[in-house]
Amino acid sequence: MAEEKEALFSKQNRKLLSDPLNDNNPISVQVLGICSALAITVQLKPAIVMAIAVVFVTTFSNLIISLLRNLIPGRIRIIVQLMVVAALVILVDQILKAYAYDVSKELSVFVGLIITNCIIMGRLEAFALANKPWKSILDGIGNGAGYGAILIVIAFFRELLGSGKLLGFEVLGHKAKTLAESTGLYAMGYENNGFMLLSPMALITVGIIIWVQRSRNRKLIEA
Amino acid sequence: MNFLRKTLDKYKPLFEKGAKYEKFAPAFNGIDTLMFVPNHTTHKGAHIRDAVDLKRIMITVVLALVPTMLFGVWNIGYQNMGEGHTFMELFGYGAIRFFPMLAVSYGVGLGLEFLFAILRGHEVNEGYLVTGMLIPLIMPIDLPLWMLAVAVVFAVVIGKEAFGGTGMNILNPALVARAFAFFAYAPNMSGDKVWVADSAIDGVSGETVLGTLAANNPINSSVFDMFMGYIPGSVGETSVLMILIGLALLLFTGVANWRIVLSSVMGAAVMGLIFNALALNSLMTFPWWQHLLVGGFAFGMVFMATDPVSASQTNKGKWIYGFLIGFLAIMIRVFNGAYPEGVMMAILLMNVFAPTIDHYVIAANIKRRKKRLEKIKIA
Repeated sequence: MAEEKEALFSKQNRKLLSDPLNDNNPISVQVLGICSALAITVQLKPAIVMAIAVVFVTTFSNLIISLLRNLIPGRIRIIVQLMVVAALVILVDQILKAYAYDVSKELSVFVGLIITNCIIMGRLEAFALANKPWKSILDGIGNGAGYGAILIVIAFFRELLGSGKLLGFEVLGHKAKTLAESTGLYAMGYENNGFMLLSPMALITVGIIIWVQRSRNRKLIEA
Repeated sequence: MNFLRKTLDKYKPLFEKGAKYEKFAPAFNGIDTLMFVPNHTTHKGAHIRDAVDLKRIMITVVLALVPTMLFGVWNIGYQNMGEGHTFMELFGYGAIRFFPMLAVSYGVGLGLEFLFAILRGHEVNEGYLVTGMLIPLIMPIDLPLWMLAVAVVFAVVIGKEAFGGTGMNILNPALVARAFAFFAYAPNMSGDKVWVADSAIDGVSGETVLGTLAANNPINSSVFDMFMGYIPGSVGETSVLMILIGLALLLFTGVANWRIVLSSVMGAAVMGLIFNALALNSLMTFPWWQHLLVGGFAFGMVFMATDPVSASQTNKGKWIYGFLIGFLAIMIRVFNGAYPEGVMMAILLMNVFAPTIDHYVIAANIKRRKKRLEKIKIA
């Protein structure tokens, strides 16, 4: 073999994993997949499950399409991609229904809507169709994780400030009907921020994340 | 004054370029120019300078707000304690309740302004002097101070600094604060318990006129009370008389635009008349001219809708902008039971549309002039 074999985690490959987490984040830089970021981030638990599901789907759809990339006729490639993604999403949906029924009920239609998540189709079109399987897997994990990380950050703040809980635990204390019976912060007159539960606030949170990211990462500022 | 100038001059070298506290120069200059007229001269371009700069405009608005604020402070006491107290007792009670709100609003807001000025290396703007006064005036008196502080943080950071600071904001920052508090802490911002200070303790309940209307109850305040402002409501919004005094000052100095005020009253009148003509339920039968007296209408039209930054810039645009604010405000009041007061929503919505209105007004003007030009060419 004339070509030198590339190490599994060469610098280039590591970049495939780390890039989508910061410099090329699907949500905060490419602004894709916003709808689900607004819809399922009221609580932390569904957001985490959603993040795992999307990592699973991006990774395996990238792998499968990358394996098939030389066999797919160009004219019907979108249909083939959709078939693969749909099959994977149905798999995720069934697993959730079997093993995590209440979360599946909370996520409701948004599990099915992973099919339409622009990030997945975008990665298939832009990456998996032109790259080898291993690189495609890394790219899939990276982008799924980049999406999931933002989702979890948003959900963390929305659940904490909106309902005073994290993963269902009352971390800020218990809010009873009267001030005297309440504990923790609520005993001092703290109230939950109802605005955090509404989707506009999720959009504003995404905006704040983008703002913070751009002021830390000068590369992202357009001239 | 001389002492102040000397003290400022003494510390000035510390903040100059290359000196120890160079970073904090915006904060220092902000204090300096607030106290004294800046002494820099124009270096290039037009050399005509007006005495009315941003600072003078803002101070004028603050002065225009003083009558309604003083009345509001008295009204807090009046609503809580009622008749049979001296003026000073009522005013003193109101002052104890209101001035902490003002202090929190200015403290938090100006703190953030200075912080952003230092971080971004620009000068401190005076825009917050007005916003900081407006915010406590449009909040219910029973709002906890920390909620006020959170709302102020949101208004300054998201409503203003995210867009680039004073003069760049799309929405009126004071209304952003109110909208935020309204959606975040709804139980503290509406209902019949929040408009009278300490009502939870004293058992006094006071519903605003619009709240009473929305709940389908008979109103027991006279038109005179509504005009004078002897009714429950946000601190600054109740007295139409005091707001008119402020309006007179703003119009006389040219700070507020009469087109917006006039057209918004017209818009509200048209919508009110339509509802009166239809008269399908008790809300719709509320006389159209009384809509102008109750709630935040007068306050919003005079001090919020006329905000030169977030309003339309063209004269024709101002007519459309004002008219739609009045029109929508009354429409939201009557149609949406969840929001007895529609002025805040109407102004925020039209703030968003103001640049669009301007765009079409300008496009129409260009079209007209092009046609005229073609006519001349042919002839």
